[in-house]
Amino acid sequence: MPKHNIAKKSTDTDMTPFVDIAFLILSFFIMATKFKPAEAVPITTPNSVSSQKLPENDAVMISIDKDDKVYFSIMAQKDPQLARDIIKAAAQARNIPVTDAQVAGYFPGDMIGVPFNKLGAFLALSADQKKTYVQEGVPVKDSANNELYYWIAASRSVFAGQPLKYLIKGDNVSKYPAFKAIIDALKKNDEQKYNLVTMPEGAPSGTELWVERNTSKK
Amino acid sequence: MASLDTGDGGGHKKGPGVKKAKKLSTRVDMTPMVDLGFLLITFFIFTSTMSSPTTMDLNMPKDTDKKEEETKVKMSGALTIMVGRDNNIFYYEGELTNENASQAFKSSTIKDIRDIIIKKKKEVESRYVTDAACEAKAQADGKDPKDCRQKDFFVLIKPTEEANYKNVIDLLDEMTINKVARYALLEPFDTEKELISVSQGAAPAAAARRNKNLMLVVWNFPTPASYN
Repeated sequence: MPKHNIAKKSTDTDMTPFVDIAFLILSFFIMATKFKPAEAVPITTPNSVSSQKLPENDAVMISIDKDDKVYFSIMAQKDPQLARDIIKAAAQARNIPVTDAQVAGYFPGDMIGVPFNKLGAFLALSADQKKTYVQEGVPVKDSANNELYYWIAASRSVFAGQPLKYLIKGDNVSKYPAFKAIIDALKKNDEQKYNLVTMPEGAPSGTELWVERNTSKK
Repeated sequence: MASLDTGDGGGHKKGPGVKKAKKLSTRVDMTPMVDLGFLLITFFIFTSTMSSPTTMDLNMPKDTDKKEEETKVKMSGALTIMVGRDNNIFYYEGELTNENASQAFKSSTIKDIRDIIIKKKKEVESRYVTDAACEAKAQADGKDPKDCRQKDFFVLIKPTEEANYKNVIDLLDEMTINKVARYALLEPFDTEKELISVSQGAAPAAAARRNKNLMLVVWNFPTPASYN
């Protein structure tokens, strides 16, 4: 029997380039990741072709969740005291004052979705308790008792003179009347300019905007 | 072989007392590191939110009770789009009267409405008669004089109480996409509500409510030049 001498090739491959790429991707993701702060209420916003960045300071955000509940949050990462002043001013305006100790539990970006008569108790909860507490939403539906009006009025007085942006963040499936109630509350305060929070998407090809964006870049 | 040199090995070439340097392989087993690397990649892929949220501008006019401050809309250039429940979109061109309601009032979807907007815009633009005053004004304001071509074009967006927020935003976004300069957000009339609820197969009871809060609202979308 003649021996077939099959050359024994090593099964070892050089993994170095593969590993290099893997770590390159890893470093890319580490750099590119921006962690979302844990949201008490998940809201999926619609998409839009707009490309303006969301401001993180000097803004108040009004959110609508999927059950049409309205939440109010103050975006003032630079100066948490500003946010606490707004809460105190708003509660004061409704004659249901909150104490400094209660307000100290609020951090910018937290969503408030309780009527004023439950505000003090809500703020006093610990961070863990707040996560599990089911908020009923700021009352807005009844135009005579649109509590959002007081929140906006308080923000305006605290931010007096400084630019303040109004962000409206609605859930995809929320209904239009909730949005309209928010607009009404803002209009009552003589505020006509708002920013709607959306997720970015590209302009559909073939449309006028698409044509414009693709020609101006050249 | 794999034993420590005790130092008294007889017959060693280097002689007694000289310790033999053990040759260690310079290869390190990379498997655990690579494993960990891929674990981290997977983690970051799943947790990362690539696109940060954006905002779109929305400017509302002041509510006014004065007739002369209201925005006039030419019926020939008007397109009314209504948003019903379950992503239903209805539209009609111009004016809706009792006579033409059955033909003019049409239903559509959010996908098809773009073509309708474009068609209507083209139609209005084709009827444009050069308006020197408007073009001069646009020039002075640093706007595109071409915008004057669609000066009679006006889209009225009327979401009903059952409309989804997403559909309303999508429609507003269509305004940007198709560069509609003039549009408004208002409440549907009772007759329109009735037609919508009939089309959606519901009892037309909701439409019976009085339409007391009719607001005329004009959204002046920023001109594309103001995009950063």
